[in-house]
Amino acid sequence: MKAQGSVFKYGSHVDTDVIIPARYLNASNPEHLAKYCMVDIDSNFASQVKLGDMIVAEHNFGCGSSREHAPLAIKASGISCVIACSFSRIFFRNAINIGLPILECEEAAKRIESQDEVSVDFITGEIINLTKKETYQATPFPEFIRNIIDEGGLIEYTKRTMAGSEEI
Amino acid sequence: MGMTMTQKILAAHAGLKEVVAGQLIEATLDLVMGNDITTPVAIKSYDEIGATEVFDCDKIALVPDHFTPNKDIASAIQCQTMRQFAHTQGITHYFEVGRMGIEHGLIPEKGLVVAGDVVIGADSHTCTFGALGAFSTGVGSTDMAAGMARGKSWFKVPSAIKFVLTGKPSAWVSGKDIILHIIGMIGVEGARYKSMEFFGEGLNYLSIDDRFSMANMVIEAGAKNGIFPVDQQAIDYLNQHAKRVGVIFEADEDAHYEKTIVIDLSSLPLTVAFPHLPENTRSIDDACGVAVDQVVIGSCTNGRLEDLRVAAAILKGQSIHPRVRTIVIPITQKVYLDAISEGLIQVFIEAGAVVSTPTCGPCLGGHMGVLAKGEIALSTTNRNFVGRMGHPESEVYLCSPAVAAASAITGVITNPAKLMNGALI
Repeated sequence: MKAQGSVFKYGSHVDTDVIIPARYLNASNPEHLAKYCMVDIDSNFASQVKLGDMIVAEHNFGCGSSREHAPLAIKASGISCVIACSFSRIFFRNAINIGLPILECEEAAKRIESQDEVSVDFITGEIINLTKKETYQATPFPEFIRNIIDEGGLIEYTKRTMAGSEEI
Repeated sequence: MGMTMTQKILAAHAGLKEVVAGQLIEATLDLVMGNDITTPVAIKSYDEIGATEVFDCDKIALVPDHFTPNKDIASAIQCQTMRQFAHTQGITHYFEVGRMGIEHGLIPEKGLVVAGDVVIGADSHTCTFGALGAFSTGVGSTDMAAGMARGKSWFKVPSAIKFVLTGKPSAWVSGKDIILHIIGMIGVEGARYKSMEFFGEGLNYLSIDDRFSMANMVIEAGAKNGIFPVDQQAIDYLNQHAKRVGVIFEADEDAHYEKTIVIDLSSLPLTVAFPHLPENTRSIDDACGVAVDQVVIGSCTNGRLEDLRVAAAILKGQSIHPRVRTIVIPITQKVYLDAISEGLIQVFIEAGAVVSTPTCGPCLGGHMGVLAKGEIALSTTNRNFVGRMGHPESEVYLCSPAVAAASAITGVITNPAKLMNGALI
């Protein structure tokens, strides 16, 4: 499983209030959320983002509220992967649960700049910066996260475990 | 090896004798909570799972508190979705407008969380219940859906930081000042993925309301949960509000902590967080003089009776600065009523403040006090991110109810200790 796209680069502590401001949380359909994604720190994001593009940021990406609308807005914008030095705990969990690929890689997060063309191999964790001709190695997913992803996310995982319990 | 308080609670709920930091477990849930923003998304996931019945209709709490009373048609539809779900599923603890409160104040007040519980809530400030010795943490809507369906959730057992509080805080210094000080010290990701466990004789000087404020904001340091020992104050609170105290867990003597931070409360100043991160803290002396347009006293952090008492003591007989709008929001209907009985609401209204029904409203820029471009708010809420309370070019400063009330009178950030009869001394 691979992804390739152009990068939108941000700094540290990109919080869920700027990923999708609460004033737009009176609806939760993905198209609505995508329209306002990142609007308070990058008003061009929604109009410029293309399917497959990536977000690269520094520390503590997704800090703040537990709104699942944040990874949903990013995913609905067409973003194929978020790379950061680190993610906030709840955002990390939500991204896995809804199937938004995320990778932790400090070197990539520091070196990659806006508009670099980047490809990612989710199985090996290899990140290639095609613009700068550099390669970075991301921390591969721990096993438990791979298990949830293999099931197709938490919904599928829960479906399976519930079906299992009904048989007993 | 010994376990922290959090690890012991998680082990007990996973049916394990012992757990270690980093271990993956599946724990049974005592309560699953959601609000009008997160529950509609959870209901969609719940339907996709194919679930038809919740695991226990007594162990789910649904609270329409964010954009209520409905602020617009879209919000009304979200509340309607949640209300219909609560009705169809026979959810016991659905709290309608008029009987609701801000969830993190309402749930302990109704006795729905007790010591030793494991609680998940689709709201990041669910960590508030750690004040009562419960493990409680914020999750997203999909986790909430799975939790409602199965009564279980997976967790990575957290490592912990130990905070030893010593000494007695000086006058006006509250739990809010302590937690702001800690966030300033360790940073907004200083406790990322970890538990923050509080100990020390300094706790004797912190009321349950102080502890709720502190546990409430551990998420602003990135923590998974914050937790307090269950002492007599906590037991008294639980006896007054719940049918049972719950199970009291204590950290083992040899529990492993990543680090121990000792804080002398007697030397702690009143603390203010400057825009745009809760870690941008300064002592009151370095914050005084910033002109403000709006003051908010309320929220899941500081809308409790003690908070209102402190604010009213300062505002009594005073007038709010002509340039300032002050919004007071009791956390629950009960707190609202108690504040009326004690005459606090009269104090606020006579001083020139507006008093609102319980709502999260202004804290997240929803309604009831949204900021315009360039406006500055001083608020007892918990976040001061860009655009948090309205326009992306507005600013939010975070503080305690005492600082908020004093500043409402002068129109600039003010140390309540330097205010006498409404004038600076």
